[in-house]
Order: sequence, then C-alpha cells, then structure tokens
Amino acid sequence: MNLLQRIGYYTERMLLRTGQYAAMFGKVVRRMASPPWYPRLILQQAEEVGVQSLPVVLLTALFTGMVLALQSYIVFHRFAAESMIGAVVSLSMVRELGPVLVALMVAGRVGSSFAAELGTMRVSEQIDALWTLSTDPLRYLVMPRLIAATLMLPLLVIVADFLGVMGGYAISVGMLDQNPAVYIEKSTQFMELDDMYSGIIKAVFFGLLISVIGCTEGFHCRGGAEGVGRATTSAVVIACMSILVSDYFLTAWMFG
Amino acid sequence: MSRPRISIRNLSKRFGDHVVLQDLNLDIMPGESMVVIGQSGIGKSVLIKCILGLLKPDAGEIFVDGEDWLKFSEDEQLVHMHRIGMLFQGSALFDSLPVWKNVAFALLQRGADEREARARAGEVLAWVGMPGVEEKMPVELSGGMMKRVGFARAICHKPDIIFFDEPTTGIDPIMADVINRLIRRLHREFKTTLLSITHDLTSAAKIGDTIAMLYQGRIHRQITPEQLHSDQDPVLRQFVEGHAEGPIQLQEGGEMSSKEDAQI
Repeated sequence: MNLLQRIGYYTERMLLRTGQYAAMFGKVVRRMASPPWYPRLILQQAEEVGVQSLPVVLLTALFTGMVLALQSYIVFHRFAAESMIGAVVSLSMVRELGPVLVALMVAGRVGSSFAAELGTMRVSEQIDALWTLSTDPLRYLVMPRLIAATLMLPLLVIVADFLGVMGGYAISVGMLDQNPAVYIEKSTQFMELDDMYSGIIKAVFFGLLISVIGCTEGFHCRGGAEGVGRATTSAVVIACMSILVSDYFLTAWMFG
Repeated sequence: MSRPRISIRNLSKRFGDHVVLQDLNLDIMPGESMVVIGQSGIGKSVLIKCILGLLKPDAGEIFVDGEDWLKFSEDEQLVHMHRIGMLFQGSALFDSLPVWKNVAFALLQRGADEREARARAGEVLAWVGMPGVEEKMPVELSGGMMKRVGFARAICHKPDIIFFDEPTTGIDPIMADVINRLIRRLHREFKTTLLSITHDLTSAAKIGDTIAMLYQGRIHRQITPEQLHSDQDPVLRQFVEGHAEGPIQLQEGGEMSSKEDAQI
C-alpha cells in the first residue's frame, strides 16, 4: 500500500467505526422512548461506574490539584503573584482538568470493562441467548450502561473538581504558607457559573462517548479471547483519543 | 396434509464471496424432530441463526406457522420468540446469574412472579435430572451440567419449537446419551417441534424423525434414521463413513469455513 492508499484505508475504517458508534447511539436512544427501562440494571451500572470509580478519581483529582498549586507557585513567585494560585487551580480543574482527567480514568476503568463484558457475552453466545429469550440485548445490556455513564460522569467531575481545589489548598496553605482566606477568595472570584456548566456539559458528553464506544466495541466483538482483548484495547484507546479531541472542539464551541 | 410448522424457501446467505446457503428449501412438520447434519463450517449454525433472526439472510423466505418471519420488525420478532426455545452449543448461560435465574430468565423478563418463576425453574431442573442446583453459579457446573441447565432454560417457558445447536458436542458419550434421551423424551411427552443441527451421527439417529444433509448450501438429501447407514447417495455415504476422499471436497485448512456475522 502506498501512502495515499494507506490514508484512504484508515479514513474508511475510521468512518465505518464512527458510523457504528452513531448507529448504536441512535438505536439505544430510540429504545429509551418505551419500556422496559430496567431501573435495577441502571442502578447496578451506576454503582459500577460511579461508586467503584470514586477511589481512582479522587486520588487523581487530589494529586492534580496539588501539583497544579506547586507548579503555579514556582512561576507566580517570580512575579509576587502567589495569591493567584487559587484562581489557577480552580479554573483549571473546573474548566479542563476535572472533566478530562475523570473521563480518561473512567475510560480506562469502565470503558474497558464494558467492552470486555459485552465482548465475552458476544463470543460465548450469551447475547444471542438473550435474543432467543425474548430480551432485546441493546435494551438489556447497552441502555443501562449508557444511562449510568452519562449520569455518573458529571457527578464524579463535581467531586473531582472539589477535591482538586482542596488539594491545591492543602499545598498552598500547608506547604507554601499562603493565606487560606486569599486562596478561597481567589478560587471563587474568577469562577463563573458558565465555567461550572461547561465542565458538566463536557462530562455528560464524555460519559456518552465512553459508554457508546465501550459497548459498541464489545457488542461487535469477534474471534474468541483474542477478539475480546482487541475490543477492550480499542475501547480504551479510541475513547481516550475521542475525549481529548472532542475536548478541544467543545472548549472552542463554549468559550470560542 | 397439515401445513409445515417451519417452512424455508430459497434461503440464501453469503459472507463476502463465500456462499454459505444457496436457495435452501426445508419443511419441518408440526411435532417433527428434524436433524440437519453436515460438516463443520458448512452453514448449519447460519441456518438456525437465520431462522432465529440473529442473522439476516440475503434472499429467501422463512415461514413459521404460515407467518413470514422475515417481515417482522425487531420488536415483533422478540414477541414471537416466546414460542421458541434454543439450546446453544456452549450452553451460553449468563455468568452473572445463579442457575435458577438463568432457567427462569424468559419468565422473569415477562414479569412473572419471582416465587412462581423459581418454582417453575426447580420443576424443569428436576425434569432434566438436575435438582438442587438452583443457587449454584454457572462457573460451578461441569460441561454436562451446563448443557442440562441450558436445556432447562430452553424449555422453561414452554415453547412449542425448540432448536438444538450441536447438543452433544463437547460432552462425554454417556452425558451425550443423557441429552439425547432428554430430547426424545421432550419430543414424546410434549410433541414439540424440534430442529437440531449436529455432526454427531449417533445423536442424529437417536433424536431425529428425519435427517437432512446440508451440502453446498442446500439440503442435499432427506432420509429417516433407519436409512442413515443404508442410503447409497455418495455424498451422504462419504460423510457417514468418514472418508477424506469422495465428492465432498475440503477447502484449504481441512474444513469448509464460514464467517459468522451477528446482526442484532
């Protein structure tokens, strides 16, 4: 294959995959309009996506806030602008780092498990079995995961934002001897409601991306254990890349 | 003469360039136990998956009790699945559910009372010779036990058509005979219409009223179990006697391969 053919090949594959994700999303949304909705399965998945992800999300957010405070101090100290550490930490966390880092963590933890679970069910014919037992596999397996991820991501982001700002506070006040009142004041002074909203909107979108990509990769998995492995890897890699790329466009759209 | 329970007309299915089914015609009468035999990868599973709506055929018609199965929407197909039971080759039990919930799955999905569903699951498990395993998880079961739990799941909601995909593959000969006897008993007691696919000729002879051989995408020959070892058709003879040489040509790699592509 020459370069042009290679570009064509990968473009075609990318478009095909995007089409699969869009088709999966469309099919699931159409099913949301009518019962059954399986509330118990949605709660189970919410627990899996939200509660089970808390430790990794909290640690990530805490240390990100701490390192942001440390890095900001090193620069701001030169200009005697240390008081702005709170503003930098809170704005960075709420606008960008909170949603993106939480989404990347959840993509690694949950997106992979969606793909692996559904992939295993596909290759062991459990998805076919659901169909023969009068149960729509998209409704039973994909819809609860999609709803749970879309609802839980924003909640995780809110917790992560708070913890990130607190991490910055701990370093700023505890280690760098900054005034706690100034940190809190600056953290809120430059923050607008739109900043919060933008983070939440991003989180909703990322939750959708992670669940649709993870479920589609698992649902269309082929070829035994190797296929499940491939689906899991693809789910994580594609979800992470999609999060980073779409983050730029969402930011440009909301703040551009 | 009564109308066929399942009537397949000119069914065709290909995967890329590989033709799996080509103008296949098959009738299964009410209460008949039909067994389709053929080599691995010849398209037996594709045939069942087309009937079940798991694969979309390229052409042809499938009638069940006179209704055009392929004209149903997905939602309508799901409703009609209540009449169908299926035992999968690997049992396909749901790993995350205990045995009784696996068995009573269709009933629970239809909103049956949990206590009644559990009682029915116990009844059916006893019928297949597996009492007392209700609370076990599938991972705790042996291959033969999983087959029987899969069997119980296939019949729990009292379907009147049941499909068996390689019911005796992967289990020892004694357990295979247990499964064959269960299929015969089911057929005798409930007059259920059965379609089994297998390459196990012993099993085919034990469970079938009619044996159909699938070859080159079509039903090549239909015989009774008694004719299995006396029929002189060269293709059937080669398959029954297990000769590498004969009219059946093997593809590279030693078997007729077919890709499978789930649709739902």
